[in-house]
Amino acid sequence: MAQIFQQVPLHHFILLSVVLFSIGVFGVLFRRNAIVIFMSVELMLNSVNLLLVAFSAYHNDPAGQIFVFFVMAVAAAEVAVGLAIITLIYRNLRTVDVGQLRALRI
Amino acid sequence: MLALTFYTLAAATIALALMVILARNPVHSVLFLVLVFFGISAIYLLLLDASFVGVVNIIVYAGAIMVLFLYVIMLMNLNETGEPRPSRMHLVGIAAIAGLFLLTLTSTATHFLPAQTSDLQQAVPIGTARALGQVLFTQYILPFEVASILFLVAIIGAVVLGRKDVALAQAEAVKHHTSNT
Repeated sequence: MAQIFQQVPLHHFILLSVVLFSIGVFGVLFRRNAIVIFMSVELMLNSVNLLLVAFSAYHNDPAGQIFVFFVMAVAAAEVAVGLAIITLIYRNLRTVDVGQLRALRI
Repeated sequence: MLALTFYTLAAATIALALMVILARNPVHSVLFLVLVFFGISAIYLLLLDASFVGVVNIIVYAGAIMVLFLYVIMLMNLNETGEPRPSRMHLVGIAAIAGLFLLTLTSTATHFLPAQTSDLQQAVPIGTARALGQVLFTQYILPFEVASILFLVAIIGAVVLGRKDVALAQAEAVKHHTSNT
């Protein structure tokens, strides 16, 4: 257990992570630019990473930090494919506003 | 001292995260997000003794992923378009959903606390590259290899999606040429 938990309870790390995650959820719902929505998803992934590292330090178990690497790897792959899709949408429709993408709407 | 550092970094990170979703210009959003990542990395490095994860976080997120975002925004020349704001009804709904999310997660987090670990003695450092590498390349070697396959698939997918349709472009060029002559 790291020294920090004698001064700051684990609670507050969880709360920080929850607040960051909720800001990410709010961003996904609030913004209409697909790229900013993507950035909000990155914010959510990072808040979960923060929580994993905090638990890992708390329990003195490196498995949590290993898992952070896998989250980062998946996030990097997701960004590569997702940005390629956004570029394709922009090339075809000249917009990245998710409100305009209504081809599948009944 | 550690507590002061934590609360300062936490307040700064939350404020910057709010700026990410409230900034109208996507380039500003990217720059604020880079600062958020620096704040989170500072928490890793200074407080949680996770030096390797902190450095990798800066390199991968602030270095690679954010440059990719910036590159796409510049490519599409989106850096000044303002998007329409949602209506008041919409905004109330969005705030209600996000607030409910926050409330649920907060109450869950405060009710289900993990058990206090008994060993308070100075343990071996786990955040170094050496310690993490020893675990990653023995116990988690199979997920590591699977992650490399995932990357291969992502690279191929991105290239296939991103390339122009060469045959179509050539056909259009030929048609254009014949219609001109």
